[in-house]
Amino acid sequence: MMNRLDTVKRGEAVARPASIAVNDLTVTYPNGFTAVRDASFELGPGSICALVGVNGSGKSTVFKAIMGFVTPTAGQVRLCGLPVEKAISQNIVAYVPQSEDVDWNFPVLVEDVVMMGRYGHMNFLRIPSKKDRLKVDEALERVNMSAYRKRQIGELSGGQKKRVFLARALAQEGRIILLDEPFTGIDVTTETAIINLLRDLREAGHLMLVSTHNLGSVPDFCDQVVLLNRTVLAAGPTASTFTQENLERTFGGVLRNFELGGHALHEDDDARRINVITDDERPLVFYGVKSRKKKNAKKQDAKKKTAKNQDADQ
Amino acid sequence: MSALLAELAVPFTYDYMWKAMWVSALVGAVCAFLSCYLMLKGWSLMGDALGHSIVPGVAGAYIIGAPFAAGAFFAGILAALGMAFVKQHSRLREDATIGLVFTTLFALGLLMASLHPTSVSIQTIVLGNILAIADEDALQVVIIAAASFVVLAFIWKDLMVTFFDETYARGIGLKTRTLKLVFFTLLSACTVAALQTVGACLVIALVVTPGATAYLLTDRFNRLLVIAVAIGTVTSFVGAYLSFFLNGATGGIIVTLQTLIFLAAFYLAPKHGVLAARRKARVARDRALAESKSASVAEAA
Repeated sequence: MMNRLDTVKRGEAVARPASIAVNDLTVTYPNGFTAVRDASFELGPGSICALVGVNGSGKSTVFKAIMGFVTPTAGQVRLCGLPVEKAISQNIVAYVPQSEDVDWNFPVLVEDVVMMGRYGHMNFLRIPSKKDRLKVDEALERVNMSAYRKRQIGELSGGQKKRVFLARALAQEGRIILLDEPFTGIDVTTETAIINLLRDLREAGHLMLVSTHNLGSVPDFCDQVVLLNRTVLAAGPTASTFTQENLERTFGGVLRNFELGGHALHEDDDARRINVITDDERPLVFYGVKSRKKKNAKKQDAKKKTAKNQDADQ
Repeated sequence: MSALLAELAVPFTYDYMWKAMWVSALVGAVCAFLSCYLMLKGWSLMGDALGHSIVPGVAGAYIIGAPFAAGAFFAGILAALGMAFVKQHSRLREDATIGLVFTTLFALGLLMASLHPTSVSIQTIVLGNILAIADEDALQVVIIAAASFVVLAFIWKDLMVTFFDETYARGIGLKTRTLKLVFFTLLSACTVAALQTVGACLVIALVVTPGATAYLLTDRFNRLLVIAVAIGTVTSFVGAYLSFFLNGATGGIIVTLQTLIFLAAFYLAPKHGVLAARRKARVARDRALAESKSASVAEAA
């Protein structure tokens, strides 16, 4: 009886379309620090949303509130229309943590880690069923890590570790996936692979919230953005929200924003400018370098301008 | 030949030896179980601190004729409160706080024991005396160890996730704070039990060595548990058995056996042992040499 009720409840949760609703969220920590005040945004199914803001802007607090790690001082968070605690207990939310929090010397194999994603679906003795093993196989296959399943987790490269965590979230079958800085410390190939996987998940109706420093890749794969600085400054579709103006408001003086144009850039009178906006990493910008394919297409003087020089100019 | 066998079988003819061997094995098993978590978290010295801190409680319990486990429990709480108090009201580091509090309590225990030499034996508390354990004490040890083992059998996977990746554990709805509290309660309880078999000074070995040895032998947590518990059980059983012939302290023999197994694993472990590491280095060097040789041959050609 208990069991049947349980499956009915779970079935209901899967049927609900993924959504995150944050209403007037305020979080004040016991030491009196208010990390987030009156933050509100709403997200629906089939979406990848970037959570963007400087360090200390409250990104991780918003994540913690969504995961139920902190209790809102005011306001509320609802996931798929349910209170956070209920959503967590129904495995609606899967979390892909930053790699630094994990003990890499722990004696667990890759497949053991992915199996942890199934724990919420098992009974209290956590004995894996055939279905659990199948889901683990599938998840490993999807992130292309099947060949590494018998490796100890610490033997992997940074990108491989990230993929294992992603597989664990896939095995958990959450409709909502939270990714905390998924692109730090990984190679471009892995980044592309992860982005492609996220796009597939979006097609399947999942909702992903990604906190990231990688401003450059946001328009590339995120259809929604939430700009944060101790509250929500702007939220909405990337095309209309991820604008230069909004980013300047979000990052204040912290952002590196430099313009290249006019005679600093070229010798003709082209009025167009190059705008480079970056968060904490210094981009290296080459301009006017001859194209590798057509070597003689541009005979103009090649001018190199690194962002670092420009930065020093300002 | 048969005379030798008869000689070796002598311990099994005494009830007190049976009791000592089985109680030791049970305590060794559950301490080994806990050691798998403790050594991975870098909390090994916590076991030492606990083992010493409960001494005054045990001494006090013997003086007034109360169950020793109750006294140990009381002293354990006193130690935790003492550490919290010193930490809050000073800027000492955690290790200094722990060192300060547990040595103070240990000294207090020794003092109490030396003031009441008839009701408490210092030697029993510090070195253990499982061969002469009273029936009611043995019963307490068995209840503590068996109950701890049952609890661990139910929560070992949840504890594993919690200790590996606490954030994720909370994310899948595990009550990580409760789990950690349960773990420390079990650790304290088993420290109390181990006091009877190996004594306050060697408790730390039982809650570190088996896990550390198994860690050198496997990369899977379930195997780690099986290996550690096997080591803990067998060494404790055999240690108690051998102490009949050697007339030595049971604790010393158990811990020596565990250390011998650790040393064997340290050198001979197939993947993480010293010899394996040397072999790996040699293979890598040979390969590099062969490559540079073939490269120079190719160049010459």
